Amino acid sequence: MNHQHLSRRASKYTPRRAPKGERLATSAMIASLDSEGRDTVAAPFGHALVDLAKTRDDIVGLTADLSKYTDLHIFAKAYPDRFYQMGMAEAVMISAAAGLAREGFTPFATTYAVFAARRAYDFIIMAIAEENLPVKIVCALPGLTTGYGPSHQATEDLAIMRGMPNLTIIDPCDATEIDQATRAIADHPSPVYMRLLRGQVPNVLGEYGYQFKLGRAQILRDGRDVLFVSSGFMTMRVLDAAARLQRDGVDCAVLHVPTIKPLDVETIVAEASKGGRLVVASENHSVTGGLGEAVAATLMRAGVHVPFRQIGLPDAFLDAGALPTLHDQYGISVDAVTASVKSWL
Amino acid sequence: MDSTTVRGGSNVSLERRAWAIRRNALRMGEVQGQGYIGQALGVADVLAVSYFHALTYRAADPEWEGRDRFLLSIGHYAIALYAAMIEAGILPEDEIPTYGMDDSRMPMSGMAAYTPGMEITGGSLGHGLGIAVGMALGLKRKNNAAFVYNLLSDGELGEGSTWEAVMSAVQWKLDNLIAIVDFNNQQADGPTRDALAQVPEAGRWQAFGWFAQEVDGNDMTAVVAAFDAARNHDAAQPRVIICNTKMCNGIPFLEDREITHFVRVEPEEWASALRILEEKKPQ
Repeated sequence: MNHQHLSRRASKYTPRRAPKGERLATSAMIASLDSEGRDTVAAPFGHALVDLAKTRDDIVGLTADLSKYTDLHIFAKAYPDRFYQMGMAEAVMISAAAGLAREGFTPFATTYAVFAARRAYDFIIMAIAEENLPVKIVCALPGLTTGYGPSHQATEDLAIMRGMPNLTIIDPCDATEIDQATRAIADHPSPVYMRLLRGQVPNVLGEYGYQFKLGRAQILRDGRDVLFVSSGFMTMRVLDAAARLQRDGVDCAVLHVPTIKPLDVETIVAEASKGGRLVVASENHSVTGGLGEAVAATLMRAGVHVPFRQIGLPDAFLDAGALPTLHDQYGISVDAVTASVKSWL
Repeated sequence: MDSTTVRGGSNVSLERRAWAIRRNALRMGEVQGQGYIGQALGVADVLAVSYFHALTYRAADPEWEGRDRFLLSIGHYAIALYAAMIEAGILPEDEIPTYGMDDSRMPMSGMAAYTPGMEITGGSLGHGLGIAVGMALGLKRKNNAAFVYNLLSDGELGEGSTWEAVMSAVQWKLDNLIAIVDFNNQQADGPTRDALAQVPEAGRWQAFGWFAQEVDGNDMTAVVAAFDAARNHDAAQPRVIICNTKMCNGIPFLEDREITHFVRVEPEEWASALRILEEKKPQ
């Protein structure tokens, strides 16, 4: 029997992109966004959870071998008897969180976004969402926040999770919002999936007197020419891009949408309906199935017909490398966002 | 055997191969200033035995159909496997300075599409042994006598999918499958034995129906004997070698670090580590 046709991939070892300029190191697994030149706050999620736990005996924490990498170690140190190290076993961590919730507790379960969204999906949907249990799944390394390649880049977690009924999905922007959202989701009676920036997290929204409201999109700045509809750390990026574009006479509004589901349809439709503006959805996620497509569908359903563009990651497995390089390459750096918008006007 | 096919036979000692693997890994770690050095130094002896005693392969043709397959499901151990494949001549030594850099063929986490000789994309743990089951089944379908090796880690044994593969391999009587567990008792949050299931490791594999051996993974003679016994075992069952290794083996000041899962090394310490290694250079 001839097995020649059974050879593996034909296009292995394609040359990497041609070197251009200085090559950067991938650096640590846990990429930090603190190179933004902004003030940062250490471990806002961990500290918010400790604060909550002071007055709420129902708060418990679980992790699948990633407490140090999801800032849950802050909670584990403060409340060791309310912390469960479940080992490198995401399925049982989720199932056990469901069991704790059934016994009246409010579990915060942490891992990386790839492992929750991809590996534990069936367990989240059956043990937690279908029963509408108040389990909070808090996941580090969302979208393109590590240079380790597709095994760690959760570029499609929102697309996966949006399909789950009962699930609230939060994509916070910065340390201020992580602190506020952690408190808000603890009070929410249903399951929540929250993306997490960990370690030294930039602080941006404090300047805007921002207060997180579950399910609400909020205007951070107004403008005549462009309406950014943005979530997660891309809101930092579009705020910076808006400031640059302002200098070139382009007036940009920024609508921050931290709750991906349920989407604040009312605010999005109202802002987009003001007319005369290019709507640019911006997200740290694949252009497939995330905020951008959700906004597009929302506008179509509401009969709002406006010029619309998406900034987001391509529907592809991304390269490994240094984050600044990759953010430029895939169009989500401030430079790239600014250039894209200029090219569309 | 084709003259370009490697399987033992070299007059370079396995100790010297392991030393070179450690040196290559330290040089790559220095490029990034940090990394999974502890794992690489710990598993170097096991990789030396794998690539210079046990595996059949052609360095110039890493996809040669007759090769034994070596699957790295623990993607973060890529630095260790690159170090071994450089020593084996599968990867060129002059790419060491590109480790983990933009545009490198050697990214921080091991991926099949990037690197010649890297059979699978790892990094999300608990996938390797299942793929190994499929490859072992495929080799049998093709009447190919090659073995499939899968290097796992102790932490990875927490993943339930690994145990699905453990049962499947027994069901299919995969006598061409050899699992190697690097048991260094360290995972991201701390000691593996503190995280999940403190059980006699070889005993549970045996209970599932595997031919299991447990050895000191830093004792070259013991590792060689275990690999030979695994290959030559004549029952129709899969084989596992539990290799108890020591994180950062061979570099005492790194062995003493509190955190060894992901080692941060001060710039001047790389020279110290390489000097300590140099003093231990075997013949």
